[in-house]
Amino acid sequence: MAVVSLSNIGFSVGGAQILTGIDLALAEGEFLALLGPSGCGKSTLLRLIAGFEAASEGTIDLDARTVSGPGRHVLPEDRGIGMVFQSYALWPHLDVAGNVGFGLRVRRMPAAERARRVAEALETVGLAGFERRRVQNLSGGQRQRVALARCLAMKPRLLLLDEPLANLDAHLREAMVDELRRLHRMTGVTVIYVTHDQAEAMALADRIAVMEAGRVLQIAAPQQLWREPANAAVARFLGRGQIVPGEVLDPGPDVRVRMFGHEVRLRAPQNMASGPADVCLRRGDLRPGPDGFRARLIDCRPLGDTYLLTVAPEAAPGIVLRAEASFAPSADRSLCIAVNDGWVLPNAGGVQAAAE
Amino acid sequence: MAAGTFRLRNGRRLPISTEALLLAALGLYVLGLCVWPLMRLLALVFADGLVAGLGFIGQVWASEAARVATLNTLDVALWATALSVLLGGGMALLVSLTDLRGRVVLVFLLILPLLIPPQVSALAWLSLIGPQSPLWTLPGLDGLRPARNPLLGREGVILVMGIEHAPMVFLALRAGLRALPGDLIDAARSVGARPPGIVGRVVLPLMLPALVAGAALAFVSAIGNFGVPALLGIPGRFSVLSTLIYQRLSGFGPTALPDVAALALILAGIAAAGIALQALALRRFAVPTDRTGGGHRGFQLGRARGAVTAAVWALMTVLAILPLLALLAAALVPSVGVRLSPGTVTISNLVEVVAGLSMTQRAFVNSLTLATLAAVLTVATAVPMAWLAARGFRVARGLNLAADIPYVLPGIVLSIAFILTFLPPLPVLGISLYNTLWILLFAYLARFFALALRPVMSALTQLDPALEEAARNAGARGLRRLVTIVLPLVAPAVGAGAILVFLGAFSELTVSALLWSRGNETLGVVVFSLYDEGRTTMAAAVSIWVLAVVMTLAGLVTVLARRLPEGVLPWQS
Repeated sequence: MAVVSLSNIGFSVGGAQILTGIDLALAEGEFLALLGPSGCGKSTLLRLIAGFEAASEGTIDLDARTVSGPGRHVLPEDRGIGMVFQSYALWPHLDVAGNVGFGLRVRRMPAAERARRVAEALETVGLAGFERRRVQNLSGGQRQRVALARCLAMKPRLLLLDEPLANLDAHLREAMVDELRRLHRMTGVTVIYVTHDQAEAMALADRIAVMEAGRVLQIAAPQQLWREPANAAVARFLGRGQIVPGEVLDPGPDVRVRMFGHEVRLRAPQNMASGPADVCLRRGDLRPGPDGFRARLIDCRPLGDTYLLTVAPEAAPGIVLRAEASFAPSADRSLCIAVNDGWVLPNAGGVQAAAE
Repeated sequence: MAAGTFRLRNGRRLPISTEALLLAALGLYVLGLCVWPLMRLLALVFADGLVAGLGFIGQVWASEAARVATLNTLDVALWATALSVLLGGGMALLVSLTDLRGRVVLVFLLILPLLIPPQVSALAWLSLIGPQSPLWTLPGLDGLRPARNPLLGREGVILVMGIEHAPMVFLALRAGLRALPGDLIDAARSVGARPPGIVGRVVLPLMLPALVAGAALAFVSAIGNFGVPALLGIPGRFSVLSTLIYQRLSGFGPTALPDVAALALILAGIAAAGIALQALALRRFAVPTDRTGGGHRGFQLGRARGAVTAAVWALMTVLAILPLLALLAAALVPSVGVRLSPGTVTISNLVEVVAGLSMTQRAFVNSLTLATLAAVLTVATAVPMAWLAARGFRVARGLNLAADIPYVLPGIVLSIAFILTFLPPLPVLGISLYNTLWILLFAYLARFFALALRPVMSALTQLDPALEEAARNAGARGLRRLVTIVLPLVAPAVGAGAILVFLGAFSELTVSALLWSRGNETLGVVVFSLYDEGRTTMAAAVSIWVLAVVMTLAGLVTVLARRLPEGVLPWQS
């Protein structure tokens, strides 16, 4: 049974449509990342689930209880959802134990039991014995852990994380990603995690929902999202996929596609019809080789172990593509680019089929 | 707004949120205290329609005394504002843009007049320049002793008000100068501009809105000032609107109410023009805020540093310290007319006013009680109101603005509105608050609500909303969040607000002058009446006590300032 499910959620403020037609369902213990550029509405969606904003349309169910729907809005304080804020939102006038135990106190849990639960939560996040510390004296990573412990102490059914690593520096972020993976495995809590960083989303999530301009473009497991983007926007956002025009000649599991006057075999959704289609090419799949399309070399710059080539296909000089090479190509400005892998994007009508 | 429900004793829930109930209560409070009395004032004048009301104002205006007082009000307010701009503005430039020595203490001396009640300032200046001043015993000055106090009259009013309101210009301009990006000055230097050119062509044009806003504030304060013209103008037969209203009402009693209501509206109209100018200037205050390059480091005075420092210190000593010393001297002589000398010095007056004279004793008790009650009650209402406003309740924001009106309007206008409202017996209770201490308390609650509201509001708006959201998430409901999370976080600002209200109410004169009654004297009133009766040594002695309390509290709040968010204290830098 779904821990949380959203159906056809829409949200507008002052005539501006922020979210449109969002459908989501999370199974017990699932880790979902909401991934998208800033301003795409992912944090707003999180606030709708937490109850800080009321949805304009659609319903939100928590454990089959409708918490938001037409004429119904359960307050955040009655939803029992844990949330970690981007700023951590630790209360500076309370010590670590005061912060972690606040919700338990609100629930009138006896002091002894509360102390035990606080200690347990702090132990879980690796801050055992930190009860009497003042939050102002903690480092960024420690504050992050206290914020997590504050949620975990409540043993919530659902944990919401709003860009929790955005305020940490790079190496700390790396360590916290490992920590969050460990915590998720250990507690088995259902998580929705908002981020704009695709590496974080890929590393943590069971499934990723890619959002843009208030809509969910695709929900899929990280590998599928990478290999089989449902549309050009997802392909571009993840790993800077390059979209080029092609023509499907021969449907099948492996389709034959003519691209820049050259025929290649590419992966494609089932039931791909013959005819014009968009193709997503990753730059690592384009390498100089004997069997490929002719292209003009515009620029070549070293990237450490490889070289980044900027090329323009001779058949379509207006298109600029990035490719990689192990060696710098010879000064000869024309070369042959082999297409080792690629994904034919579903036609507009086939988007849903690929997303599921 | 489908917020939480209100639980009845039998467990049923009313479909009204606690927030909505709180808002309704606060709405009644603000409308009743801050809006309703002023509506009564308008209603009295415009009872027979707009035209008739304007005709009546015209009729009042036609009297010689009213016209002279109005022109005098504008005359002294404009000159006093010019003096405030010169003094406050010049000092702000010197303190903020140069390497003058001892700037921290200078800033304190500059804002000192803001803390001293106007009637005490006036008395201090009278003591300094008057015939009995110890100043004239200084070598070289003994030939200058005047026969009559030269401060009584127009020039004295301008001088003392100009100094009293200089801190407003100073603070407005200093805030602007502190926000000025240093790059702008460095860029002007890099193209070869000299400091005077930079100040004239870069700094001042950018600071013009801040300067205008400060000047408008000083102007509005000068229009409404009562203490200074009461002490310096009335004996000098120089009347302004606030003193004319006071004299008519205390001379003729409530029968003069329609007349003085019309005068009060003229006064309020002039003040409103000043407030509108200030609002306009603040809206246009758009100094570039990109301070990635940091603030400016100021100009080096070089060889002139010593001379400029000495001159500024000498000026501030004369303006801020000498009058207070003269006031102390006036309090330490046994009776009026006796000159201070080692043989005549006595503390009998200081003892007498707290241990002997029953009127001043009552005044101490009354003022302490009123100021304490006013501080506690305004803060207690300001916190929930600011909380609701910060949480985006539109009605609360509207009430917030309404609470500003009694504070920015001249105090004398407010006191007339209060007489009009509370002279008739209260509905239901059937008793009149007039001639009781309660009318003073209510007037103070209205007058100083804004003083408590502003710091709490600015602390609340700077608070990360996530702090409260996290508490909601943990299951804490409205009032519990207010008490366990919000209140502790804004506690320093609440304390500062309470002290500001106490400071304002403790020595209040403008509102009290018309609302006090025998047995219900306040400290501001007794300073004025003792002076009026010619007992200046007693008046000085009470003032010294007032100053002692005010300075102690101001010191306390300044210590507290380190824990305050920005913009909570008016004089915080």
